[in-house]
Amino acid sequence: MRIRTSGPALAACGAAALALGVAACGSSGSGSSGGAAPGVTKSLVTVGGHFPLTGPAAPGYSEIPQAIDAYFKHVNAHGGINGRKLKFISRDDGYNPTNTVKVTKQLVLQDKVFAVLGGLGTPTHTKVVDFLNASKVPDLFVSSGCLCWDQPQKHPWTFGWQTDYTVEGKILGKYIADNFKGQKVAYFLQNDDFGSDGAKGLDMYIPKSQVVSRQTYEPGNTDIGPQMAKIKASGAQVLASFSIPAYTALVHLAGVKLDYHPKIVVSNVGADPTTLGGLLKAFSKGKAGSSLIEGLRTAYYLPSGNDASDPWIKMFKGIHDQYIPKLPWDGNVLYGEALAYTFAEALQMAGKSPTRQSIVDAIESGKLKGPGLVPFRYSKDSHAGFTGERLGEIKNGQLIEEGQPLVTDDGNGPIKPGTQPAQQPPPNGVPAQPAT
Amino acid sequence: MATRAEPVSRARTLGRVREVTLVRHLTVALAAGVVLYLVSNALSAFDDLQLATMGYYFVAVAGLTVLTGVNGQVSLGHGAFMAVGAYATAKLLGETGQGLPLAVVLVLAALITAVAGVVAGAAAARLRGPYLAGATLALAVGLPSLADRFPKFLGATNGLTVLPSTPPASLGADFPLERWQAWITCLGGLVTYVLLANLLRSRFGRAFRAVRDDEVAAQLAGLHVARTQILAFVVSAACAGLAGGLFVVVTQLAAPGAFQLALSVALLAGVVLGGLGSLWGAVLGAFALVMIPQWSEDLSKGLSLSGNVQANLALAVYGVVLIGVMLAAPRGLAGGLQWVHQQGRRAWSRRKEEER
Repeated sequence: MRIRTSGPALAACGAAALALGVAACGSSGSGSSGGAAPGVTKSLVTVGGHFPLTGPAAPGYSEIPQAIDAYFKHVNAHGGINGRKLKFISRDDGYNPTNTVKVTKQLVLQDKVFAVLGGLGTPTHTKVVDFLNASKVPDLFVSSGCLCWDQPQKHPWTFGWQTDYTVEGKILGKYIADNFKGQKVAYFLQNDDFGSDGAKGLDMYIPKSQVVSRQTYEPGNTDIGPQMAKIKASGAQVLASFSIPAYTALVHLAGVKLDYHPKIVVSNVGADPTTLGGLLKAFSKGKAGSSLIEGLRTAYYLPSGNDASDPWIKMFKGIHDQYIPKLPWDGNVLYGEALAYTFAEALQMAGKSPTRQSIVDAIESGKLKGPGLVPFRYSKDSHAGFTGERLGEIKNGQLIEEGQPLVTDDGNGPIKPGTQPAQQPPPNGVPAQPAT
Repeated sequence: MATRAEPVSRARTLGRVREVTLVRHLTVALAAGVVLYLVSNALSAFDDLQLATMGYYFVAVAGLTVLTGVNGQVSLGHGAFMAVGAYATAKLLGETGQGLPLAVVLVLAALITAVAGVVAGAAAARLRGPYLAGATLALAVGLPSLADRFPKFLGATNGLTVLPSTPPASLGADFPLERWQAWITCLGGLVTYVLLANLLRSRFGRAFRAVRDDEVAAQLAGLHVARTQILAFVVSAACAGLAGGLFVVVTQLAAPGAFQLALSVALLAGVVLGGLGSLWGAVLGAFALVMIPQWSEDLSKGLSLSGNVQANLALAVYGVVLIGVMLAAPRGLAGGLQWVHQQGRRAWSRRKEEER
């Protein structure tokens, strides 16, 4: 083989070819939109988000962008928002923070989205918050309940959406303290902000003496046998878990293996019965199923998907049946549609010619109603989403509510019953003109 | 390749050639720098980002070219060396940039990775062919998981983040960050080019080739085979370390997810695609590594395929291109272009003769 180090001519034309190549592929990112906000034209508003479409976090979560897209299609079929159709671009990050950085830059710099909507995950999205805020791109309704989205001073363009993990921890903690008085409690936590924010809330209500074991898991390592053995050895009668669905399923399977059956209380994030039933079947190769999660306690902030009489559920399930009938009707689909609805409401409120600033102003006005059981906390000083949850228990594979929706803050505030009357969805499912 | 100069007046000739070589490589780098400067100014922010990505890929692929193409050692573990450089950079820069200045950090990152290269190289020099590939493969799989082992120090799967290095104020407030990053990585690339091009023209470069072509013959000629192989490994690892550092400059993140096996394989694919053993091939290889996934993604988006197919099509296209290039141009894109060039010249001179 003859080897040559590059001669000058060769190298120079290499650089030139490289240059031309890059320039040639630069056509996709040309032209500014002349006055209007990026991603907004006379007839179209483009937004996008990063989601795990492949990889271990994809089951369940990959339905969310499809559900957002389905709701947008429904809006478009009804004339759009202020005459503009909505377009959603989802990019796959595989729940890998490095890819999140790459695809988010792609969304902003190449796709020129108006806003990032519903970017999924705590370890992933934390890597792009600084970039989005430096680029002044609205970073709306992050799909994660980390407290870290609520920093209006540091991150004025970022907004949370779902109930944050500390509020959830407080509500679940109070439930455990009230209902399982004096019983031994063990924590099973994801080893990041999700787990630690949740534990912070639990600790506010469960007396220290009652907590006999605190175990964590690394997402990606599916062997949780050692942690579960320690929890069993601690003699805990109640297991409080801040885990994503795959690990909630693993907890139940480990319980069967160890013949250990505590009462299990799980964060909303990892408690969707349909997703869990599917995962249990898959992990056990068909030997186990939804019967294992009977009696699981959790809390939730959207109407229960099983409640066919709820007007929101009627509307969202109708859209599901029309646009994405191949997907199961589960918590992820409901989540995506509800999140997309909230965006449509904010965009409607942002005015006839929305700008990146005007949509942030609209959300900060605190007038967003949303499809939840409890109100949002949005204001100039708060970028936190839903302010509470309602407790529930899985019975016969369905989520059955227990008591009133509860609201609280992520500080030392008390837990109170929610007083906001139930919101009614707009007749055609598209947020209407706000009353002026 | 026996290109050893005649013993007569060897020292003098060598000295002159080296001088001329250095000047020549500096001139090339300068010309390429001017072109890159002009191009980066004309590009949109996203394309500048692509250029920045090509910059650090070039550094890594060029380093691997020295090892695999010139010295004949296969490494499936260069992603791990990039990880070493990236983590060193993130640690030395500090989370809020309170650490050392960037240029110093990048040099240190390359040096630290070079030390790692000594260790790996010493083991590699004892191994051949598939065994070497296997050992370096273990490195690529094993090393990134150290981050999980030391979550406090290396940040586990979450990784380490750094603040972006911002362009100096004299460039104006609106100067795009991506262009600044492209400048940094391209400068890194040009420095790497000059150093490697000189190295390959020197005594060491010839030793690398001699060992690759025939170890026994090289030994008979008085070369220390193992030492030469370790040296190639160290040079190559230092390049990967610098590439890792530049990666952190572009993404502000060092996390294990960035340095999976796929990266190591991609780097090797870049070497093979571009053309085994030439730095010019490394330019093409880096270009291909960035643009092929981009083009195939655009293609699959254009075809409006279903989500699942779309997510995986890029990989398939990548494979097809690799096979296609290997069939059409076994010496890579650089070899293929050289062949086209030669054919063209031959045809041209033939026509000229006929005219006469």
